[in-house]
Amino acid sequence: MLRGNESVAYAFKLARIDVFPMFPITPSTLVPERISKFIADGELDAEFIPLESEHSAISAAIGASLKGARVGTATASQGLALMHEILFIASGMRLPIVMGIGNRALSAPINIWCDHQDTMAERDAGWLQFYAESNQEGLDLILMAFKISEDKRVLLPSMVGLDAFVLTHTMEPVDVPEQEEIDEFIGKKKPEYLTLDANNPATFGAFGSPSHYMEFKYAQYLAMKNASVVIDEVFSEFTSKFGRKYSKINEEMMDDADIVFITLGSCTGTAREFIKMKRKEGKKIGLLKITVFRPFPKEEIRKALKGKKVVAVIDRNISFGFGGAVYGEVAAAMNGMDESPKIVDFIVGLGGRDITFNTFEEVLSIAEKAMNEEVDEINWIDVDKEAVEKEEII
Amino acid sequence: MKEITRGAVVKDAGNSVVNKTGSWRTFKPIINYEKCIRCMICWIYCPEPSIYKEDGKDYDAPKEPIKKLPVPVIDYDYCKGCGICVNECPVKAIDFVKEVK
Repeated sequence: MLRGNESVAYAFKLARIDVFPMFPITPSTLVPERISKFIADGELDAEFIPLESEHSAISAAIGASLKGARVGTATASQGLALMHEILFIASGMRLPIVMGIGNRALSAPINIWCDHQDTMAERDAGWLQFYAESNQEGLDLILMAFKISEDKRVLLPSMVGLDAFVLTHTMEPVDVPEQEEIDEFIGKKKPEYLTLDANNPATFGAFGSPSHYMEFKYAQYLAMKNASVVIDEVFSEFTSKFGRKYSKINEEMMDDADIVFITLGSCTGTAREFIKMKRKEGKKIGLLKITVFRPFPKEEIRKALKGKKVVAVIDRNISFGFGGAVYGEVAAAMNGMDESPKIVDFIVGLGGRDITFNTFEEVLSIAEKAMNEEVDEINWIDVDKEAVEKEEII
Repeated sequence: MKEITRGAVVKDAGNSVVNKTGSWRTFKPIINYEKCIRCMICWIYCPEPSIYKEDGKDYDAPKEPIKKLPVPVIDYDYCKGCGICVNECPVKAIDFVKEVK
């Protein structure tokens, strides 16, 4: 039985990370706690670097990765936000750092509970993004993230999101692979890039003038395209070695579905049980879980949504002035489909508000209505709208 | 074709001299050696630094004995045209001329 944070820590241990720079933050603090214990007990041979901020922690991660070390770290929410400018440097310098995130809301008001606002705000940082539904997925995705990130066709950093508390602090049975199996699967890190070496001096983090900058960005764009291929390879290799199936999107009960719920992370389990219950009443609902958000699986989503009538996107984030981030991306992915389904956005579960069967009842009733008539584009569920409107609407 | 390295790494050491920053210049400082008293204040202030000391005997000078002193010479490969030397020159011996490229 492992908490989500322990899954992340065990994955780092199995990956035999060399360096773990850190700054603690709720809800991911248990990750560094466990790593420090592994090191103190002699179970992990790694350098544990406590820093004075997350900004410094990710900077130290860059330095260590440049030296060729395998680097892991963990953060959440404000900590990830503080890392913001350095995230772009890690990806621009093409360093395969892997980071565990305890997906948590952003201030203000201060809130330590789950939503996806923190990682969604970093989706353009050039990092691969994975979202775990369970603690098992958290462990597996961290392990696979190292193999994907370190592939010479990719060389981009990865972040793996585990929902705050729902996963990070909740015990679940987790199958932890044997060390030998992981040694064989990931192997020792062979940096496929130039590293800091006194005998072969080079300049890292140099100036990129207008004559060259854009080419480096195009290189990152291509690396993300490559990542899409490498992810498929690594996922299928993992499945054949460990038996657990992974794909960029996970489709369930989709064959005859008219309405499709699109989810990320832990609320997928609730959605699955809800859909199974509703299927007994004859409702044709399907479930599409997005595991890989960057690179965004456009093709796969387009294929999965072919012939569907209504797509209900469950967004645990809000891009103010637009709607949910996932909604925007799915809508863009549907561009060019012969007969696009109607797409409706649902903003749910912000700041740790529970996502329950009642939430999905409301989602379903609006999605069903959308089959025959116009509905609102963006729908906030489980919100006391009256209380807010009294204050905000003049 | 440009050479684009992964992660923008500059593979060889000591190559910043290849980057001729003189191309950034809009105004060009030109030393008028008939006025220059070779006080070397421009040489001290040049932040690049792209003003060098050279043997001065073959350069013009306001008075014959000054020719024995070293002379400041601007390296236009790296002079960015900041104008600090123009501003600091105590005898106004440096002209600042707009460059047309």
